Amino acid sequence: MFSYTFHWNQAFKALPQMLDGALVTLQIAILSMVIGMACAIALTLFRLSGNRVLGGFATAWVEVARNTPALFQIYMAHFGLGNFGIHLSPYTALLVGIAFNNAGYLAENFRGALKAIPETQTRSARSLGMTPMQAFRYIVMPQMLRIAFLPATNQMVWAILMTSLGVTVGMNTDLAGVTQELNARSFRTFEFFALAAVIYYVIAKIVTMAARLFAARMFRY
Amino acid sequence: MFNTALTWSDLVFLAQGAGMTLTVTAVSVAAGTVLGIIFGVLRFQLGPYWSAPLTFILDLFRSVPLLIQLVLGNAAQSIFKLGWAPFTTSCVVLSLYTAAYCTEIVRGGIGAVPVTTRRAARSLGMTWWQDMRYIVFPLATRVSLPSWIGLTLGVMKDSALVLWLGLIELLRASQILVTRLQEPLFILLICGAFYFIISFPVARLGGYLEKRWSPND
Repeated sequence: MFSYTFHWNQAFKALPQMLDGALVTLQIAILSMVIGMACAIALTLFRLSGNRVLGGFATAWVEVARNTPALFQIYMAHFGLGNFGIHLSPYTALLVGIAFNNAGYLAENFRGALKAIPETQTRSARSLGMTPMQAFRYIVMPQMLRIAFLPATNQMVWAILMTSLGVTVGMNTDLAGVTQELNARSFRTFEFFALAAVIYYVIAKIVTMAARLFAARMFRY
Repeated sequence: MFNTALTWSDLVFLAQGAGMTLTVTAVSVAAGTVLGIIFGVLRFQLGPYWSAPLTFILDLFRSVPLLIQLVLGNAAQSIFKLGWAPFTTSCVVLSLYTAAYCTEIVRGGIGAVPVTTRRAARSLGMTWWQDMRYIVFPLATRVSLPSWIGLTLGVMKDSALVLWLGLIELLRASQILVTRLQEPLFILLICGAFYFIISFPVARLGGYLEKRWSPND
């Protein structure tokens, strides 16, 4: 049927290199998630603040992050910022792009979660003498993070998948980048990328399962 | 004060790229939705046990980066000597990708129809097909449409990745212009504006439908 000889050995020989790449991928995903989470909480605060300028800034961020491709955002960080004399390495550009994207989506998740928290709770916290910041920090935020935990898990998986876009801006240390480099050396495209796909799948599954275990442990009550 | 080497024909070039993005999106969403409805009904009818293989395969499409899927699709296409153009390969891969997500949406939609309503339909003498056509379909559409619109937008954005196979869509077109004109920020802003113009109205429509159709009875 086809006259192609598979050379899986070459791919398996490169497995250690690819696993190193997978670690870099995981590292970028986690970092981008942490930064994105921090930004998303800030954006949520901006939206709640009632300040026109801050609220507008947050809305603009969320809309841009959600309505343009992740690849575009990474290009913007890599090529676009060059106009201001900021030259980011592929690693940083990828991190900035994904973190920006994560922040937008997470902020939207948080907004949905906030709807589920009764306004009365904030009011009673305020009447107990908490400052607005304390009310948010101790009453609203813990519940918000709990409700938004599952969507955030999905976002984490997405972040892992998005790291593969780094290869388009010249990233060569993450899983996709390593695979592409190996591929350029030997042209065993199918074998290398199939192995990479398996590794991505396993990482995604492990993250999902870990999150599920964590949720079962943390949110028992 | 601000001058650019961008000419009218460059803008037309970008618009053609946007046209390619829209074409790829339209083809893959159409094919993906049809497949998604078939798979969704199958998954619902077969139950979790018998549909496990299907679930696993569709799960693969959701847990492997699209870029890798495209590269694999292209490699497989040349291994099997199918001789597909990059456009065909991109559309096939994107359709399967869309189908994987659409299946979940369809399954959720069917699951949201109360069992009692369906039993009532069946005991009124409707066949399975009639039940599906006149009872489940309208109710499930109502539940699923907002997320389907979200999926369409997602595919539109993800279709930017087909540039890796050499298709000149919106992002690739702007990249070519950036290479030629050396004005990355300006051209990328225009490109972003294109994406935004395409997807923002649809996103708003989705939000409106979600609000309008949210269960209030």
